[in-house]
Amino acid sequence: MDDIHGTVDAVYRAESRRVLATLIRLIGDFDLAEEAMHEAFRAAIEQWPRDGVPANPRAWLVSAARFKAIDRIRVRKRLSRLDDDLAEQLPAETEDLAAMLDVEFEDDRLRLIFTCCHPALPPEARIALTLREVCGLTTEEIARAFLSTPSTLAQRIVRAKNKIKVAGIPYVVPTREQLPERLDAVLRVVYLVFNEGYSASSGRSLTRHDLSAEAIRVGRLLVELLPEPEAMGLLALMLLQESRRAARTSPSGDLVLLDAQDRSLWNRPLIAEGIDLLQRTLATQQVGGYTLQAAIASVHAAAPTSAATNWAAMVGWYDVLLRLEPTPVVELNRAVAVAMRDGPAAGLALVDALLERGDLADYHLAHAARADLCRRLGRSAEARAAYERALSLTQLEPERRFLERRLAELSH
Amino acid sequence: MKYACLVYLTESEITALSQGEWDALNHECMAFGETRVGNVERLGSEALEPTHTATTVRVRHGRITTTDGPFAETKEQLAGFYAIEAKDLDEAISFASRIPPARYGTIEIRPLRTLVVEGNTR
Repeated sequence: MDDIHGTVDAVYRAESRRVLATLIRLIGDFDLAEEAMHEAFRAAIEQWPRDGVPANPRAWLVSAARFKAIDRIRVRKRLSRLDDDLAEQLPAETEDLAAMLDVEFEDDRLRLIFTCCHPALPPEARIALTLREVCGLTTEEIARAFLSTPSTLAQRIVRAKNKIKVAGIPYVVPTREQLPERLDAVLRVVYLVFNEGYSASSGRSLTRHDLSAEAIRVGRLLVELLPEPEAMGLLALMLLQESRRAARTSPSGDLVLLDAQDRSLWNRPLIAEGIDLLQRTLATQQVGGYTLQAAIASVHAAAPTSAATNWAAMVGWYDVLLRLEPTPVVELNRAVAVAMRDGPAAGLALVDALLERGDLADYHLAHAARADLCRRLGRSAEARAAYERALSLTQLEPERRFLERRLAELSH
Repeated sequence: MKYACLVYLTESEITALSQGEWDALNHECMAFGETRVGNVERLGSEALEPTHTATTVRVRHGRITTTDGPFAETKEQLAGFYAIEAKDLDEAISFASRIPPARYGTIEIRPLRTLVVEGNTR
């Protein structure tokens, strides 16, 4: 009996997202699909000990859930039209079903991602829905990750599902015409989830590993199902950033900057995978923003020490990125790379010009960068003022401790 | 599914166009009226006269109040609408993106609501 429970648990972990994605297509309703799936798993716990584990558990579950859904629809006394449609769509024999489903399962997972990230849904709802439906996180887990309450999140998800139904958001992979915009929306959700896990926007802990792991999981799935260059570029970027996780915080939870990180802690297999993926992406010659950021991350990853970093190559990638995305934040990062290539004075001139334009006046990292360059030039008073300004602009505890440490070092 | 595609334009931007440019945009709309978009069925469409020709009517406590102009001061004004029948929202988006004024203003897509005896959505 324990054995069967273990088997069902394992099948749930491995298959529940696939089963759900297919059920949503067949049933056409998120909630009903979810209820039916859970009933099917309950039926499995009852029946598998008696009848044995089916040869194709996935097909068994879809078939069982489909009957449960039809029962429910009947109970709800909703007209029989939907019934008939469903009955026609699915062959009754599990054998035929298995053959049919194997082709469709992967597409259904892709459909689910595109529906959850549809640009007609509010951005926060896209994130919540993706984590809930694609990744299978509970509402409580998502609420914890985003420092929100479960009821707020539940309401957000309910509203999103309602809009999917009422506004007719389809369960399809977009047409070629709509694919670029829609893929962009999907990648943005994935990267937001990754970043929320990699550098939490507030709170005591610097990283929330689970969210990053989920983002990478969805990233891998996307690359497997739809190997578009920017999807590959984003996965490469996430892998390269993730490779530094262990080195990014000290045992006491403090922030460790790139140049001070113990590079022996970097995850080599992730770096190798990221760089391989990046090279394949660059070879497509369709280079987008995520790919360029991955290229920048790869220059760090390839350097045995901070001093040995190829800063000329780094500035080169930033130049390309700046042409594609002319934003002040990219300019700031390029200025820091220029400082490493040409010396702190050259970098400071660029940072000051940026701050003078006012775009980054309230961005703590701009002031932290200015402070660091002033410190390296021995201009302590200016460095102090800039560190203090940066400190007043960030809420994240580890970053605050880092800035306070730098300020204390200036006093010596 | 049935949708309304509501066309919003900033009237001051339209008045800033030359007569030739404005006529050209209208010719585009006339040509679009003859264009098929996927399997979208057109249920009806109209262009509206500008808001300074509008009249607003309200009934409160059984009394009719009639005033000039639109009710609220907004940046963009309703300039026309299309009612369509499309397969799903993506097809409606594909239709809306081809409405010529989409290049100037915005198109709001709204599902049409069916009135029922009870349990109406809101």
